[in-house]
Amino acid sequence: MEAVNALKLLLTFDPYVYNIIGVSLQVSGIALLFSTLIGIPVGATLGLTHFRGKPFVTALLYTGMGFPPVVIGLFVFLLFSSVGPLGNLGWLFTTRAMITAQTIIAFPMVSGFTMAAVLSVDKNLMKQLQALGATRFQASWAAIKEARIGVLVAIIAGFGGIISEVGAVMLVGGNIAGKTRVLTTAIVLETRQGNFGVAIAFGIILLAITFIANLTMITLQKKHLFATE
Amino acid sequence: MISVTGRAVTMGEKSYQIKNLLKKYPGFELRVDDLLLFKGEVFCLLGPSGAGKTTLLRLLNFLEEADEGEIIFEGRSYFPNNNNTRPLEMMRKITTVFQRPALLKDSVWNNIIYPLKIRKRQVNKQEIMPVVEELGISHLLRQNSRTLSGGEAQRVAMARALVFKPQVLLLDEPTANLDPGNIKIIEQMVTKYAAQEKPTVVWITHNHFQAKRVGDRVCLLEGGHIVEVSSKEVFFNNPRQRRTQEFLAGEMYF
Repeated sequence: MEAVNALKLLLTFDPYVYNIIGVSLQVSGIALLFSTLIGIPVGATLGLTHFRGKPFVTALLYTGMGFPPVVIGLFVFLLFSSVGPLGNLGWLFTTRAMITAQTIIAFPMVSGFTMAAVLSVDKNLMKQLQALGATRFQASWAAIKEARIGVLVAIIAGFGGIISEVGAVMLVGGNIAGKTRVLTTAIVLETRQGNFGVAIAFGIILLAITFIANLTMITLQKKHLFATE
Repeated sequence: MISVTGRAVTMGEKSYQIKNLLKKYPGFELRVDDLLLFKGEVFCLLGPSGAGKTTLLRLLNFLEEADEGEIIFEGRSYFPNNNNTRPLEMMRKITTVFQRPALLKDSVWNNIIYPLKIRKRQVNKQEIMPVVEELGISHLLRQNSRTLSGGEAQRVAMARALVFKPQVLLLDEPTANLDPGNIKIIEQMVTKYAAQEKPTVVWITHNHFQAKRVGDRVCLLEGGHIVEVSSKEVFFNNPRQRRTQEFLAGEMYF
């Protein structure tokens, strides 16, 4: 019965439902874009260069990957609260605060997995490309391209981490209907209110979004992923 | 007076002149006091493992800097610890082919034109195809490099090293893992390139017969210093150093 209800909501293009999908995709999409723009160069640099304090930075990054998102939410909440250092921006309980929190959550994942991917590229390759006349930058760029599947995994992992995250967006967004309510926070609310059909509908959508995101990225790289050895 | 390099007669235009070169590693040092390399010659480097052959090649490719000494390349002097003395233009005249080729996970064709791409040079298929055909890889151009056999991969590595017409071709045992058929193809290619473009070729090999086949001059390097540099004929038939004779007879020092 509840499942039928769920399907009905999806198929009738209920504006309440589609607004929540929109906010979810907007917040996580923009956050993913930011964390990718920062995370890939940082991860690649960590994978390709040696500098003092690199073990420290790496440990920091790995800690960040396992950091509870809700704690990052708390940190962002304090940052944007009226008494916080960025309180006068008035970002608390807006999608901007949610994007900030999700960017911070996804960044360690994107950069950490990118670093691992770049580290797995044959060390001889860069050496040989430099012998062929590549500058250090050109050889590094080639190494990142070699690691593209790993970098893709990094982006998918980042997206999966934030689209399904509840605690931080609940804290800093406030779960305001039509404004900051996203799929995960809506599931929490509807379940508490006993609207299981709606909650199931949101659950299906969340699964579908994650699946489509994964499928799209894998299809884009199909040629390379499934090339015969 | 005959120096250790034994150059009584000049062979043509100089490409490298090495003076008092020293490269130190923990527990090892390479010392080359005096060495001339010429355009158009194939210079074979023999010597046991750990003699410093690869280190010398890396120094000649300017991928590594010496601790002391001077390398004069095409009339310009390069000293250690001065980064400005190694301009990209100069480094791009030199290349190395290694024992184990590392190719991009991309098509064979894209691997071959990579050196042209990074130089922002035009890709001229008419110029590339003779090399590709000589190396017998024209049927592989569309394939991904990951599908290649060891011999095919090395032939691709050779092609990508030659498409930009390097003036110095450094070979670090490129045929060590190959079967006789592949060895023959590589040797013919290098010999042909050497005759056509008159580059300086420095070829590390463990195979005396290969040195006899392809070399003009042969050098024995041992324990980080040069034992003898002679013409191929002198080196193999009438070496000037007793140590060379012992080395050729298969005696090792430990």
